[in-house]
Order: sequence, then C-alpha cells, then structure tokens
Amino acid sequence: MDFILVIVVEVLYAIGALVLISAGLAVIFGMMRVINLAHGEFMMLGGYATITAVDLGVNVFLAMLVLAPAVVGVLGLVVERLVIRHLYGRLIDTMLATWGLSLLFVGIVTMVFGNTTTGISTPIPGFALGDYQVNGYNFFIVLVAAALLFLMLAVLRSTRSGLIARGTMQHADMAASLGYNPDRIYMLTFACGSALSGLAGAVLAPLVGLVPTSGGAYIAKAFITVIAGGPALIAGLASSAGVFGLINQIFSFAVSPVVGEVALLVAAVVLLRLLPRGITDRLFRESL
Amino acid sequence: MREAGWSRELTGTLVAAACAVGVLPMLVSTYTLTVLVIYGMLGLSLGLVWGFGGILCFGQAAFFGLGAYTYAIAAINIGESTVPMLLAVAIPAGFAALLGAMLFYGRLTDVYLGVITLVVTLILHRFMNATAGSDYVIGNARLGGFNGIPGFQTLNVPGHPASYVWGDSLYYFCAACLLLVYLLVSALLRSSFGRIAVGIRENETRAALMGYDVPARKTVMFTAGAAIAGLAGALFANWAEIVTPRLFSLGQSADIIIWCIVGGLGTRIGPVLGAAGLSYLKFLLGQQGLIHNSVVSGAILVLFVLFLPGGIAPVLANAWRSVTQRRPRRRSPRRRGPRSSLASGDA
Amino acid sequence: MPETVLETQGLTMRFGGVLAVAQVDFRLASHELRCLIGPNGAGKSTFFKCITGLLQPTEGQIFMRGRETTRWPAHQVASRGVGTKTQVPSVMDGLSVFENIWLAARRFLPPQAATRKADETITRLALGPIARGSPGRLAHGERQHVELGMVMAGDPWLVLLDEPAAGMTGGDVERLTEIVEEFTRTAAVVVVEHDMQFIRSIARIVTVFHRGAVLLEGHVDAVLADPAVRSVYLGQAA
Repeated sequence: MDFILVIVVEVLYAIGALVLISAGLAVIFGMMRVINLAHGEFMMLGGYATITAVDLGVNVFLAMLVLAPAVVGVLGLVVERLVIRHLYGRLIDTMLATWGLSLLFVGIVTMVFGNTTTGISTPIPGFALGDYQVNGYNFFIVLVAAALLFLMLAVLRSTRSGLIARGTMQHADMAASLGYNPDRIYMLTFACGSALSGLAGAVLAPLVGLVPTSGGAYIAKAFITVIAGGPALIAGLASSAGVFGLINQIFSFAVSPVVGEVALLVAAVVLLRLLPRGITDRLFRESL
Repeated sequence: MREAGWSRELTGTLVAAACAVGVLPMLVSTYTLTVLVIYGMLGLSLGLVWGFGGILCFGQAAFFGLGAYTYAIAAINIGESTVPMLLAVAIPAGFAALLGAMLFYGRLTDVYLGVITLVVTLILHRFMNATAGSDYVIGNARLGGFNGIPGFQTLNVPGHPASYVWGDSLYYFCAACLLLVYLLVSALLRSSFGRIAVGIRENETRAALMGYDVPARKTVMFTAGAAIAGLAGALFANWAEIVTPRLFSLGQSADIIIWCIVGGLGTRIGPVLGAAGLSYLKFLLGQQGLIHNSVVSGAILVLFVLFLPGGIAPVLANAWRSVTQRRPRRRSPRRRGPRSSLASGDA
Repeated sequence: MPETVLETQGLTMRFGGVLAVAQVDFRLASHELRCLIGPNGAGKSTFFKCITGLLQPTEGQIFMRGRETTRWPAHQVASRGVGTKTQVPSVMDGLSVFENIWLAARRFLPPQAATRKADETITRLALGPIARGSPGRLAHGERQHVELGMVMAGDPWLVLLDEPAAGMTGGDVERLTEIVEEFTRTAAVVVVEHDMQFIRSIARIVTVFHRGAVLLEGHVDAVLADPAVRSVYLGQAA
C-alpha cells in the first residue's frame, strides 16, 4: 500500500516537473511558433539567479517564485528585441539563432560561475511514508505545476491581455487593424514565456546539482512535451506531460532511471510518428 | 560541354587540393591538420544533406559517433582495420536508412525532423554515457560508459595488421579520403539524382506531382550523408585513438550546423572550409583561458544567422568572380547542366 | 463509345465536420476536354487533389484507365502519366526554368532525351527568353506557363489544370487556349476555371460543382443558361 502511494507521488511529481519544464516553451513555441532552443538555458539561468539570490540572503521562496522569473523575463525581453524579432516567420533561422544563444549563455555562465556543480538544499524537509522516505519538496513541485496550469488557463481564457495575445498569434494583421501593436504583443508574450522558463528552472534547482550545461537536460523533454501536446496549449501540455511522466516513472521503477529517460524519448518518437500533430489534434480538440 | 565542364572542375579541384595538402603542413602540425580534415568531411556530410537535400538534421553527430564506435568495437573484435572501416560506413548508413525511412514516410516537416533527430542523438548520448558497467559488452569490447573505449587497433595497411598508418601518413590518408568523398559528392550532385534532390529541396509537392518518390529519395540522401559522417567518425577514432560519448553530444551536432551556416549552405566547399576554419579557431582559442569556446561558437552562430545567412562561400565566390571576370571571356551558352543551382558550389 | 480514362465512384472528402466533396460520380472519356465550374468553396480543388493523390479521400473509389488508384500517393499517380497544374503555381524557384522543365521530362526519359524534350517544350511555349532565369522573379502568368511546360514535358495522357487562366492577360489567355487544345490531341483534359470567357472559348461539356456535389453536367451553352446554375452563381454574388 505504501509502495503504491510512493509510486503515485513519484508519478505526480514527474508529471508536474514536465509541466514546469515545458510551460515556458508552450507559450514561446506553442503560441508564437518560435523554436527557442535556448529554452533550457533560460531555465538554467533561472536556477543560477535563485542560487545567487539565496547566497545573498534572500528568502528562498521569494527568490524562486519572484526574482528568478523576473530576471529571466527581462533577459527574454532583451533577447527578443536584439535577435528574435528579426527572425519571425523564419523557423529554421530562429532555431539556429537560439541555438547560438544557448551556447553563448552556457559559455558566459561557465566564465562567471565556473564549470562546477552548485546547488541549494531543498527548503522543505522529507518525511517517512511507511517504510519509505518521501521528498517533501516533490509535493511543492506538483503544487506549483498545478497552480501554473490554472493560472495560464485563467489568463488566456479570461483576461483581456490573454485574449489579445491569442488573437495576435493567430492573425497579427487583424490584431493590428484593431489597434493593437503586434510587435509589442510579441515582445511581451516572449518575455512571459521566458519568465515561465525562469520560474521552472528556479523551482527545480534545489533538486538538481546545477552546472552551466544543465539546460541540455531539459530541452529535449520540453520540446517533445510541447510538440506531442499539439495545438491546444494547456490541455496539450497537461495530457502529454501526463503520458510521458507516467511512462518515465514506470520504466524508472521497473528498470532504472536511465532507462526511464530513454523510454520517455522513445515514447516521444513513437507518439510523434503516430500522431504527428500531437495529442490534442485528435482529442480535446476544442479545449485551450 | 557538360563533360568538358566536369573535367575542368575535376582538374581544378585536384590541383587546389594538392596545393592545400602540400602547403598546409608547413603552417600547422599534421596532427592538428588531420582532425581539421576529418571535421571538413563531417561538415561536407551535413552540407550535402542539408544544403542540397534540404533536410535539416540536428543529429549528424549521431552518425559521426556511431561510425567512431562501430570502428572501435569492430577493431577490438577483429584486430585488423579494413573490415572495421567498412563497417563504420555501413552501420551508420543502415541506421540512417531506417531512421530516415521512418521520418520521411511519416511526412514529418522540417521542424519535427530537427527535433526528432535531436532526440535520437540525445538517446544515444545518454545510452553511451550509461554503459559503464561490465554488462555492456559487445564481443570483447567494453563500452566503458563515460570513459569511452580506448586501446583498439588503429588503421593499418590492408592485410598487414602490424604496419600502422599514423602521423603524417594518416594525415595524407585522411586528405585523400576527403578528396575522394568531395569528388563523389560533386559527381552525385551533377547526376540526375542530385538535380532531382535539389528539385525536392525547392518544392516537394511539385516533385511528387512530377512523379518522383520524395520520401525514398530523401531517405537515400540522408543515408549518403550518414555514410560520409560514419567514415569521418572512423577516421576520428583512428586519430584520437579513443572514442567517448562526447562524440554524440549536442555540442558536436551544434558545431556541425555552425560549420555549414558559416561556410555557406548549398555549396560543397563552404561546409568543408567552415569546419576546418572554425575548428582551427577553436583550437587556437582553446590555448587561452580567457574566453570560453561556447561563447565564441554561440556568438558566431547568432551573428551569421542575423547578418550573413548565406555564409562565407558565396561571398568568396563573388569576390573571385569579380577578379577573374574583369577580362571578358567569350563562352558558348550553356545548354544543360544544373549550373544555376550549383553555381555557388564552384567556389 | 470512347474509353473511359478517369472515373470516380462516390468520392467523398471530409475535413473534420466539413463535407468538402460529397459522393461525386465522375467519368471522363479519352481525349475529352471537361471544365469544372462552380462558386468558390464548391469542392473543385479538393476533388482535384483527391484524384492526384495530394489528399486521401475519406470514401469512394478512383479508377484510371480501368485500374483503381484510390489512395495512391501523388508520385505514383503522376508516374502513371497524369500531369497536374496546381491552383497556386508550384514551381521550383531555386532552379532555372529550363531545369524545372528538364526535371519533369527526366522522370520519363533518359538524360539526353530529357534535354531534347525540355528544349522542345520551351520552344513550343515560347519560354526561350526566360529559360535560363529562375521562375522566382516571373509574373504570375509566366509562372503559369512554366508550370504548363512542366506538365507538357511529362507527355501525360491525363491533364488536370487548376485555374490555369488566373493572373493571365488577354494575349496569354489566347495562348493558353491553344495549349489546352494541343493537350487534347494526346490527352484527356480537366480544367477548373472561373474565367467564363475562357470556359466558353474552350469548353464543350461542363460539370458544375456546388457544395461538394455535382449539380449539373452538360453542354456549356445549356449549362450556362440553366436557371439553377445561374442562381448558384448569382446567389454567390449577391
């Protein structure tokens, strides 16, 4: 019984982590069709921002939930102005330029922080569940992921800015003719997506030893989750994170964590082969 | 006319290559040159697939690494280098044929193709890193996980396992291989197959409506690129005398793409020069500790995409043309040949 | 009774809940010239794409020269000798006009013969002056001619032309009329067109599409005088 509970917690955690990892990319790639290969580095920077702030004596939750998203959001703004905005509509070029950015960030962070592993301890203690030790922080991840999904849903569905952003992504000309400046909306949407990536990197930072190349561990998972999710932003994110999180944990438990990772990637390739337009192209079509 | 153009180009290539191979060792050590030549071949492999086939493969490093590992594992088990060299070409090619068929018959678009090739590279990278235990053995070869596989039989004269090809000879051997591959690629692009491949790059729907089997042809192109990358991988294994999972890394894949962008897509010589030039730059930068390598690669990639997306080769070609064509030359009008599409490849 | 070269039975294409082509039975005799007309969104282009293999029909069957070709991929249909001109001119901008046409000929001929064929086609269509340049910079009407050249170079026995007159000026349309007449000497031709003047100048039998189905089929004068057809078009205009 305890064992099953532990597995359920682990699966939920895996799903929550995937949601976090992919949320920023879902906005930047899912909504804006910008292939941001520097997504992992945005997360890595969120992690470093948190650790630096904590070292300077800032409260850890403040650093994770406010500071890191703000820092990375501003960085996203700068990147959008300097690079991305020149490349809208040129998918491949965006892909290449953001890959360049990713290398650039890795290099800069290595020069500043050194090529060593840093980290902070988890701010929530673990507890025992029967014979098993459970990481209390996992619950926090699940909580943040769920809150994030609801927040995104609420913003996109119910607020004016969410509506304007969705409209602009579909018909920039139409939005412009209604008096909204698409350039500005693209800029702000990109910044929001970056901030989400920063948040994810920050929240996950206590669980991993952070190195400048940490971003590489996230990028593939983020992309396959978003792509496999398909056209519906939030339903897609939730459903594909659900599928992949489950597969990952089942194989991790049954064999080993490495096999779990490989199983996730293999499942993604197979899923994309079967449903090239993603899960929500067939299911939950009308949702958001 | 076409044959005359081909033989002139052939002579030109051979003369230029002979000069370069002969002169460069006076400037740079042959040990460094060997790896530059190998990277040149790796650049050419993606230059073919991406620049002419229009297939953006983010995982060209996968075939490079697969070639290197195949060579190392086969060399340990066989002990003589001829068969391992052949296997190192055949196995990446076979893997690419399977993967390519799955991707192209699935009609995945550019973006998905890029992401899937990236993911496959990651899988191989993860897997190779995780093979540290003594369970992971192929024949007599231990995969060795993060530490890779050292101590395999290196290149020897076919049939004489004791006469090794190394040092200067390895350099000349690699240079000859690159030249041969370059000429094969040139011939392929001049053939109907090459011209149809360029047609597919330009407009897949039209190519299909003309009756060309687009997925099959793309698979063949992808396979050819992987075979070249596999050969480069085998040569790299011989040069480094060790293979490690780093060969499969995303950084390696990124490098190959950067070489092509900087050198010039849609040209043959561009990716070769881009690979050799940038790798040499990296080598020089590696000798100072001030600026991290990634910063330079990253900045180069961003700047080229933004400001010079065509790469250097077309610029050089134009400069060359403006120098050589100052005196007007009368030429009979060309009647056939894919000159317009390959013109930039004459650089 | 001439041989039937193209036949569809109950051809249906659904996009989600939208019925784009509904139960179309269509027959075309060899060397026939048939025009498909109908208001925008009537399903003509979708019907075309099902035949050429660019779309896979939801239901129904397609036969070409007695052989079923339903769900064949586009290249296989084309390889049987079906030449298609798409609605938006589909040419290869990175290649020269000559190479575009050469590639079309090369599918069915060895290299040398393909070169002769391409030269011949270029002469026939008077594309000589633009043959060495890229079609990318040409006007819409000229691109249409390049694409017609690509169809012609494949020596098809079935020619499908989707809005060939679009973007053409008066003189171009006259040339187009001649080209279509020339096609009918060796092939059966189906033309989708909006240009009524062009239709009148070439058509004998006309099939009218409306809401995905065949509304009427008959001689061009009778069809254009038909009150139902007029109301479909006028209703669309109003």
